[in-house]
Amino acid sequence: MNGLLTSLVFLPLVAAIAIALLARSDRQVRWAAGTVALVQLVLSAVVFSLYDRQTGGIQLVDRVSDWMPVPSLNVEYFLAVDGLSAPMVLLTGLLGMAAVYASWGITHRVKQYFVWLLILQTAVLGVFTALDFFLFFLFWELELVPMFFLISTWGSGRKEYSAMKFLIFTFIGSAFMLVGILALFVTFGTFDMTALPGLIQGGAKLALPVGAIFGLLFVGFAVKLPVWPLHTWLPDAHTDAPTAVSVMLAGVLLKMGGYGMIRVTAAMMPDTMADLSWLLATAGVINVLYGAVVTLRQTDLKRLVAFSSISHMGYVLIGLSAIAAASAETGAIGLTGAAMQMFTHGTITGLMFLMVGLVYDRAHTRYIPDLGGLARSMPLVAAGFLIAGFASLGLPGTSGFAAEILVFLGTFPVWGWPTALAVFGVVITAGYILWMVQRTMFGPRPERWSGLPDASRADLVPMALLIVPIILFGVYPALISDVFTLGVEPIAADAVRLGIP
Amino acid sequence: MTAYDIYLLSPELCVAGAGILVLLVDFLVRDRRVLPVLALAGLVGALALTTVLWIDLDSGDRAVRGVFGALSVDKFSLFIKFLLVGSLAVAVLMSIGYVRRFDAVRSEYYSLILLSASGMMLLGSALDLITIYIALELTALPLAALVALSGSSRSTEAGLKFLILSALSSALLLYGMVWIYGFAGSTYLDEIAAGIGAVSGSGPLGGYAILLGIVFMIAGFGFKISSVPFQMWVPDVYEGAPTPITAFLSVASKAAGFAVILRVFHVAFADSSVSIEWSAIFAVLAILSMTLGNFVAIAQKGLKRLLAYSTIGHAGYIMVGLAAVTARDPSGASDGPAGVLFYLVGYAATNLAAFAAVIALANLAGSDRIKDMAGMGRRAPWLAAALSFALISLTGVPPTVGFMVKLNIFSAAASSGLSWLVLAGALNSVVSAYYYMRVIKVMYLSEPAETRPPAPDRPLGLAMGLGIAAVLFFGIYPTPLIRMATTAAEVLGAGPPM
Repeated sequence: MNGLLTSLVFLPLVAAIAIALLARSDRQVRWAAGTVALVQLVLSAVVFSLYDRQTGGIQLVDRVSDWMPVPSLNVEYFLAVDGLSAPMVLLTGLLGMAAVYASWGITHRVKQYFVWLLILQTAVLGVFTALDFFLFFLFWELELVPMFFLISTWGSGRKEYSAMKFLIFTFIGSAFMLVGILALFVTFGTFDMTALPGLIQGGAKLALPVGAIFGLLFVGFAVKLPVWPLHTWLPDAHTDAPTAVSVMLAGVLLKMGGYGMIRVTAAMMPDTMADLSWLLATAGVINVLYGAVVTLRQTDLKRLVAFSSISHMGYVLIGLSAIAAASAETGAIGLTGAAMQMFTHGTITGLMFLMVGLVYDRAHTRYIPDLGGLARSMPLVAAGFLIAGFASLGLPGTSGFAAEILVFLGTFPVWGWPTALAVFGVVITAGYILWMVQRTMFGPRPERWSGLPDASRADLVPMALLIVPIILFGVYPALISDVFTLGVEPIAADAVRLGIP
Repeated sequence: MTAYDIYLLSPELCVAGAGILVLLVDFLVRDRRVLPVLALAGLVGALALTTVLWIDLDSGDRAVRGVFGALSVDKFSLFIKFLLVGSLAVAVLMSIGYVRRFDAVRSEYYSLILLSASGMMLLGSALDLITIYIALELTALPLAALVALSGSSRSTEAGLKFLILSALSSALLLYGMVWIYGFAGSTYLDEIAAGIGAVSGSGPLGGYAILLGIVFMIAGFGFKISSVPFQMWVPDVYEGAPTPITAFLSVASKAAGFAVILRVFHVAFADSSVSIEWSAIFAVLAILSMTLGNFVAIAQKGLKRLLAYSTIGHAGYIMVGLAAVTARDPSGASDGPAGVLFYLVGYAATNLAAFAAVIALANLAGSDRIKDMAGMGRRAPWLAAALSFALISLTGVPPTVGFMVKLNIFSAAASSGLSWLVLAGALNSVVSAYYYMRVIKVMYLSEPAETRPPAPDRPLGLAMGLGIAAVLFFGIYPTPLIRMATTAAEVLGAGPPM
């Protein structure tokens, strides 16, 4: 018990309560939330750097066993990070800060807004650090309420419809997940996520067939990722959410799905996952291609970015399908790629949504045919768009490239044709990204856009926060991929061990 | 009847005595404000006596049987008494402002509600079918009068409906009891348990007869707990009755009903030859209640009707715990009943808070229609926040007690091999999220029609605060409550006291 993770996870919640009770003016609320976000960023960076890469395993453990020591609900308070979660914590710190600063211009019910945003951060960090299955589920559910309010109150368009759709979809997913979790609990009498993999792979008879448990859990994560055909909530929620919430949604909330797939389904039932990896690869290819083709047709900037997220999450699935690899090394490469793709997509899409938000704040439209030539009046925004765009289409030197190449390297030996098809998705990505940038930033500029101001100095803070990791991890990916590999290696090894009859 | 019997019965006597005293004092004292104080004093006394009995049990026997063997004082019955007295105290707090509307019958109001509660408390400790029947009638008759108390045509209709359907359900119950008595040869639950083993072993006829009796008894009790298909009275009665009575009815009537079901079925019908049958019946009723309650609630326009259908849904969730008979935790105690008891407490806290908020909000808006709640998030931020928390707890989202109780009961069902039932329950929570969140949405997203803030009502605020505090506290740290519920449920598993 060293308390670092506990303070990281609960600081936003405590701050939210304090703000709700104490803050008197909007200005106080903003500065308080901004300070907390900064502290969170520092803390998450500290967690990431304190994670000892020589030792590996789980570290920075905060564990209290007598929270609910009743036999019928044997729950522990158990937070820790490993190679998989440490970078995700860093990502949450980055995007949490970007989201708070991108919300500086919110003027409607400021206090409530920042309170919800901070609670959301507690929930997400909790999911990434909880190693007790019950606690994990608790944080998973906790995230619903803030998101519902953030979208339905501060959104635009059909915001109430989108918020409800998001809520219902996620809730259905977690209903399935709950049954899966309980089936494991009643079999083994523990929620300990570090013990469960060994127990399940020990071959004990489970309360439900292992395939059923796998399916129940997987559906919960698949809704969140989202996997086609469970994705329909995403474009609505993204389009109607306020900018900062889109950043959080695309940046970290979707990653909860991918994280769950690795942490839970892959780590606990690697053999089942390997048996079903054809399904992962197929769903991944559908996600990539369907998402990309639909993205091509979008005329609303935010919807475009939203559909591109579906496409990019397909690479995560494809990377995961490498778990069926014959050697642990190859499997680990694919899984690392999948995790890396989550991280990089978080920063890239976060940046993309920020830029869209800046354009929308100034032009009050996101309709692509109406825009054009914005680069001349907004060079900084255009630069941001270009960096995000190039990273998104996987230009070497950006982190997007590093992630995708790992996915392809890991999966190609296992699923040749699906990987080949997915590589083709990159071409479509290049198409829609370049076309979008060309139509909005370059070309003839309609007269009414001539007076638009460029990004302000305050806007540069969140931009810089996201651009730095995109470039840094593009040039030197090992900084982060090595950590991920530490987390996924044991899973890949388990898969190979169990795969040999 | 000995002095010791009176000691054993003291919580019930204290509550009933307070009920009678309230009537008498009304003749003597002009100031009506003493009435609720007197009622609360009676309840505090009952609470203290229950605590004394609980501590007494810690040192001596696990259970004491008294009053000609018809009643048992054990941790199970005391747990129910704590719950009932606590709920009633909160309901009385809610009533103080509300009963000004029918000033002429104020003392009757408190008197009837206390008498009804004393009947419910007896139900929790009854060990004999006749006592159960009498206690049930003592519970139901005052309630029928209370429902009709406000005198409007709606309220009278609700009262009549409650009375007739309650009589019908009592008749069904009695019919079932007769079959059981005829074949098992006794009205005492423990002797029935012994008789059933012999009867169901004696051939198909005996087995079917017992089953018939059980089915009729489930029908009779089903009315109390508002289970489908005996739920027809719920929406009208909930809407027509004075709101504090609705709150009390939804919480206490359910608690007493489930307590007596647990006692009868886990003591008298514990034999595995019949428990397979009735657990299957409860499983089916659970699914029907959850699904009907939650789906029909979507279409409701008034808050009280919405909560009425939600209560039918929650009866379904609790029955999941009844269906989970074979669940055992490592110490051998049965998880199902403990889950039911825990759920009852969590539901009581949540629903009382919700109704307290509804009373205040309906006073403010002049009606309980959901669309009139528009903008309450600004107009009455505390009330709206309390109702939101209560609704989130009813949905079963952390960090509220509603999440913990659902998880606990689902976990018991999963370890009984009822995963399909858990899935149905979890999906039903999704449906319920839709209509609960809709209320929250209206309160926060629409603009208020006017800005007059609510008139302060201290006792009501206290009731609401207590409910919300329990919702949040047990939502984060439910351990003491689960422990208590487990201890209480162990009484059932240990068989009847000798």
